[in-house]
Amino acid sequence: MKKTVCALFALIMVLLPLNVAFAAGDSEIEALRGTTLYVYNWGEYISDGEDGAIDVNAEFTKKYGIKVVYDTYENNETMYSKLKSGGVSYDIVIPSDYMIERMIAENMLEKIDFDNIPNFSYIPEKYRNLDYDPTGEYSIPYTVSYVGLIYNTKMVEEDPVSWTALWDERYTNNILMFNNPRDAFAIAQSILGQDYNMDTPEGWRIAAALLKEQKSVNPVYVNDEVFLKMESGEAALAPYYVGDYFLMKENNDDLAFVYPKEGVNYFVDAACILKGAKNKRAAELYLDFINEPEIALANAEYICYGSPNSAVYDNPDYEYYEDELLYPEEGAFKTQLFTNLPPEILALESTLWDDVKNYNATDASYRSLFFGENNAVKTENGEAFTSETIKYGICIGVFLLIVIAFVIFRSVRKRIRENY
Amino acid sequence: MNTRSSLGSKLVASPYIIWAALFIIAPLFFVVYYSFTTASGDFTLANVQALTKYLPTFLRSIWFGIVATLICLVIAFPTAYIISQKSDKIQRTMVMLVMLPMWMSFLIRTYSWMAILQDTGIINSFLAKLGIDSVHMINTGGAVILGMVYNFLPYMILPIYSVMAKLDYSMVEACQDLGGNRLTVVRKCIIPMSVPGIVSGVTMVFVPSVSTFYISQKLGGGSFDLIGDVIERQFQQSYNYNLGAALSLVLMILILISMAFMNKFSDEGEMVI
Repeated sequence: MKKTVCALFALIMVLLPLNVAFAAGDSEIEALRGTTLYVYNWGEYISDGEDGAIDVNAEFTKKYGIKVVYDTYENNETMYSKLKSGGVSYDIVIPSDYMIERMIAENMLEKIDFDNIPNFSYIPEKYRNLDYDPTGEYSIPYTVSYVGLIYNTKMVEEDPVSWTALWDERYTNNILMFNNPRDAFAIAQSILGQDYNMDTPEGWRIAAALLKEQKSVNPVYVNDEVFLKMESGEAALAPYYVGDYFLMKENNDDLAFVYPKEGVNYFVDAACILKGAKNKRAAELYLDFINEPEIALANAEYICYGSPNSAVYDNPDYEYYEDELLYPEEGAFKTQLFTNLPPEILALESTLWDDVKNYNATDASYRSLFFGENNAVKTENGEAFTSETIKYGICIGVFLLIVIAFVIFRSVRKRIRENY
Repeated sequence: MNTRSSLGSKLVASPYIIWAALFIIAPLFFVVYYSFTTASGDFTLANVQALTKYLPTFLRSIWFGIVATLICLVIAFPTAYIISQKSDKIQRTMVMLVMLPMWMSFLIRTYSWMAILQDTGIINSFLAKLGIDSVHMINTGGAVILGMVYNFLPYMILPIYSVMAKLDYSMVEACQDLGGNRLTVVRKCIIPMSVPGIVSGVTMVFVPSVSTFYISQKLGGGSFDLIGDVIERQFQQSYNYNLGAALSLVLMILILISMAFMNKFSDEGEMVI
């Protein structure tokens, strides 16, 4: 008899938590079981279960029974082009600040129902309603971080303090540069003391001229290759995101990081729900889930970027707790946020960027427009016919002449043979 | 032969015709349409006018393409000839070896060249061990051409080999009977007979070389553009489909002209022996 009571009691004890869980499990959420959520995020931007860390997407599926289809992109512009082309449909996307502003303006984002996101309470006031989303209705900050200068202490003669180190001829062939216009221009704009978001075409042209001048140190324009090149000691200096510096440092202890004195770009990547999301409720569950202290901590330690989640940065067990690079004191150096640029400036930026990429420094009839004595300014269209172009033109011309001469020779020979 | 198309032959051909219309002809129309319109759909010549700015890039791409094709030809011709002279079994193995690299992703193979060529890379570490000064190879035009030759060489070897393998050997014997030495045999007999293979090889190497973008970005360091880079950037980053389409259109026309030229070569080639 006693045994039976015991057994019954044990059974109740086992069933009790299940029961409670069932009561708490909203029927609305239950109904989402078996559905699919499409997430579009930056590459290497979520804890994926490596080295025993939490696999965020798998955990989400385990908890809610919602399948996560997860794709990645390389940069904001690729993501934007892909969404605009209309060939894809995602529920969640995590773009950067200025791109969010543009997407809000173009009506590409859906308002988030914050009642469904209780964990939003972990996001402090200072990360809410930022310039790109002034009403705070469309986005939930995912990471906050800065751009800075990574350098190899073995390869530089003195520790750089300024962005102008990237123009230093002592490091010719050993300088890396952003291969995207926005970040590259921001560096030139910092040096020139310009606003990153200025709408004066003349200002952008001056910044482009400074970027062209950098060609004399033969910079290598990189995206993800920056990891390979910095870790292997191939390059001395590279501007990149502070979070990635920690990853590189793990593989090359000679690396160091500095926030250049001219100021840096401060950026926020925030999670948004796309207009026309087919599974909006699940998307909100996901946004809530990634802000759960445990999950946000796993993400912050995997990505190594700053976290806007107070449950993470106030946690003494956090790997980067009070790290002075990731969480610098406010006002320690100048920072600027990107905002969306008007279409005509965007168009100008991309043509100027094409010019920069195709500019040939060896043709520069002038030296140093900004750091030197000679102030001769070269006209913008003066570069169309450079000596390199003429060289290639002549080579192709000679080649064509040889081929044509050969064809004529053959047909003449054939005619002679036939008449023979 | 019955040349009148029966219902059956029409049915058999229809899947390909639909395919071609949907995925070849229609996109071509889009390219032309985008080239001559603005983002809002109005007619404009601005995209075509902007092309003059990219003349240096076009010339550079074409020159790199020509050099890569010539190097491929010089390497591939003897290789194909040697392979075709071996026994059937060895031929099969060697052809497979030529194709073997293609089993791996083109992107990965190009990326690994970066690790091989860079200043702290495999070649330079080896040279350093031997006490030789390191050579700066990565991020130069030479590295880009090397990447093109490496990646597209099989497309040159295979067509030349397939022509040579079927070569009528009695012609070679006739040439030798008439007193031709080895050089004469190659010059008067083997080269003219393998012209069709050379023509298709040249086309298959030149076209991707001119339009490539990944190789120049990774091995060229992104500091000089090929036309493929500019086109890729218009679509991926600048969201300027119109300029991208105009550039593609010009590239297509250039390639069509060079192909027409090459075909003329092969027609003549069959007659000259």
